[in-house]
Amino acid sequence: MRWLLILAARSAWNRRLTLGMTLVAVALSVTLLLGVERVRHEARNSFALSVSGTDLVVGARTSAVQLMLYAVFRLGEASNNIRWQSYQAIAADPAVAWAIPLSLGDSHQGLPVLGTTGAYFEHFRYGDGQPLSFAAGVPFSGLFETVLGAEVAERLGYRLGDRIVISHGMGDSGLAEHDDKPFTVVGILARTGTPVDRTLHISLEAIEAIHLDWAGGAPLPGLSIPAEHVRKFDLQPKEITAALIGLKSRAAVFRLQRKINNHPGEPLLAVLPGVALDQLWQMVGFAERTLLAVSAMVVVVGLAGLVAVILASLGERRRELAILRSVGARPGELFLLLSAEALFVTLLGALLGVALLALLTTLLAPLVQAHFGLSLSAHWVTSDELQLLAAVVAAGLLASLVPGYSAYRLSLADGLTPRL
Amino acid sequence: MPAALIRIENLRFRWADDADFCLDIPLFEVHAGERVFLHGPSGSGKSTLLGLLGGVLVPECGRLHLLGSELTQLRPAARDRFRADHVGFLFQLFNLIPYLSVVDNVLLSCRFSARRLARATAAGNSPAAEAHRLLTQLDLNASLHARQVTRLSVGQQQRVAAARALIGQPEIVIADEPTSALDAERQVAFLELLRDECDRSGSTLLFVSHERRLATGFDRQLSLTTGGAVSAGGSA
Repeated sequence: MRWLLILAARSAWNRRLTLGMTLVAVALSVTLLLGVERVRHEARNSFALSVSGTDLVVGARTSAVQLMLYAVFRLGEASNNIRWQSYQAIAADPAVAWAIPLSLGDSHQGLPVLGTTGAYFEHFRYGDGQPLSFAAGVPFSGLFETVLGAEVAERLGYRLGDRIVISHGMGDSGLAEHDDKPFTVVGILARTGTPVDRTLHISLEAIEAIHLDWAGGAPLPGLSIPAEHVRKFDLQPKEITAALIGLKSRAAVFRLQRKINNHPGEPLLAVLPGVALDQLWQMVGFAERTLLAVSAMVVVVGLAGLVAVILASLGERRRELAILRSVGARPGELFLLLSAEALFVTLLGALLGVALLALLTTLLAPLVQAHFGLSLSAHWVTSDELQLLAAVVAAGLLASLVPGYSAYRLSLADGLTPRL
Repeated sequence: MPAALIRIENLRFRWADDADFCLDIPLFEVHAGERVFLHGPSGSGKSTLLGLLGGVLVPECGRLHLLGSELTQLRPAARDRFRADHVGFLFQLFNLIPYLSVVDNVLLSCRFSARRLARATAAGNSPAAEAHRLLTQLDLNASLHARQVTRLSVGQQQRVAAARALIGQPEIVIADEPTSALDAERQVAFLELLRDECDRSGSTLLFVSHERRLATGFDRQLSLTTGGAVSAGGSA
C-alpha cells in the first residue's frame, strides 16, 4: 500500500510536465473559487460593519438599498436632497437621541468629501459599536478645516497642517476646483475598515461656503467671494443629502419611520439599516450565486482536464500495468495506483490554490482597499472556505475513480500481454 | 518421477466472443527443476497459456495444477498472490518500468510478495544488496546498476528483467521470447546465464519461443501447435 503510493508519486514525477500543467489549472481554479467566496464574505462583512448603532437612515425618497449605498457606503450619488427644515423637524422629534446630517457631492482626488457636524465624531458608531477615534489632531471647529479618514491620509501622504483643495462633484479628473478656498487638515481618524477611512470630513457650513459663488455646478462668472469674507454670509445649509438618526429607545423606531415616510413637506424615506442590508443581499445574492457557480464550473473543467491527461497517459502505460500485474499486482491495486495520482494532483492543487490566494490577497489587499474600500484580510482559510475545499477534494476523489476504473478494466482485459 | 510442478489436464480455453477454443491441452506436465523449451509459433495460443499459468485467465474447463495448488479453484486475489509468490515472468521487450531505477525494477517482485522478500534477504543481505548480487551474477556491471533503465541497451534491460524474475527464488520462471530482440550470439549467452541462474536458485524454467534452434541445452522440448494442443517435440 505504501509502496503503491510511492510508485504513484514516482510515476507522476515522471510525467511532471503534463501533470504540472493540469496542477496549475486545478490550483488556479481553486484560487478563483476561494477568491470569489472570500470577496463575497469580506464584502458582506465590511458592509455589515460599516454602520452600527444607527436606528434610521433618512434621505430623499428612493429605494432603501440606494439610500444605504450612497449615504453609508459612499457608493453612487443621491438623486435628490432633503431640506434643512425637514432635517431639523426630524431631529427635534422627542424620540430622537441624536442626529447626524450628511452632505455629499464633492470630492478630493476621487475620494468623497462629507459635510457634517460635530455630532458625527460624537455619535457615529461602526463595527460592534466602536466610536470614531482620532489618530492625530482634533475634530474640525473652524470653517476651512478638515478631518481625514485613515486611508485618505495614508494614501495621499497628508499630515496635520497640510492644505488641500476640494473638487466640485465626484470623479477622478476634469472637475472644477474650489481652489480659492483651501482647507487645513486638523485631524486624522484612526483606521476603521469602513468607508469612513476613505472620506474627508468638513463642516456643513464649509460646504455652503465653498459653493457661495457657484451656481449650477460652475463658478459664477465675475463673482468671486474671497475666503476671508464668507463669514459675512448666511452659511446655514439649505439642503443636506441624508441623515443618520439614533433613538432614545428602539421601540419607537417604526413609529418614527412611519412619521418620516409621511412627512408633509417633501417625500422622504427612512430605512432601518439592517433591513436595507438584507434587501441588498437579496439583490446581489443571485449574482453571488452565479459567480460561485461559474467558479465551481471552472474547478470542474480543471478536474476534467486532469482526468483527460491521466486517461491519455494510460495508453502509454499499458505495458507498465502489465509488468506490475506480472509481479503480482491485483487489478484493485492498479485502480489505486491511478486513482492516487489524480487525487494526489487534486490535493496538491487545492493546497497550491490556497497558498496562491494567500499570496494574492496579501499583494492586492492595498489595491482593493484603495479602490473598493474592502479590507481583504490575509488569513488562511475560514470554515466556509474549508467546506468549499472539501467539496473540491470530494470532486477530485470522484474524478479520480475514472482513471482508476479504466486501469482496472484495462488490466483485466490485457492480463500479462497488452494488446498494443 | 517426482510430482509434477505444473500439471495441466483436459484444459480448454476460448475468448468470450470466439466459437473455437484457442487452447485445448489434454495433458501438460513440467517437473521440478526441469528446464523446458515450449515451441510455439505465433497464433498458437502462447500468450493465452502464459495468462493461464499466471492466473490472470481462467480456463473454461479442465485442471491447472501449480505447486500442488489447483489454480482454477482459487479466487482472483489468491491467484494474484500465488503469481507474486511463486512465478517469475520475463517478457519479450520493454520489461522495465521507465521511471524506476535498475534496483527498484529488480525489487518490484519483492514489493508485491512478502515471501519473495523474505527469501531474497534470507542470506542476511538487504534487498538492494541481493538485487546487486543478482545483477552482477547476470553479468551486469556494477557501474550500470545506477544508470537510468531507459539508457540501458536491450540486452542489459533483459538481464535486469531476468534478475527481477529470479529474485526471491520463485519456484517457476516463465520466459516469453526474452531473447527475440537480441542478436544470435547474445541470445545464446543470455540463455546460458538464465539457465545457470535458474539452476542456482532452484527454479524450474519454462522457456517459450517460436525459434526452435534455441531449444539446445533444454531438458525437454514441447510444441504448442496451432489450435493450442501440446505435443512432445522430442528431446533436444
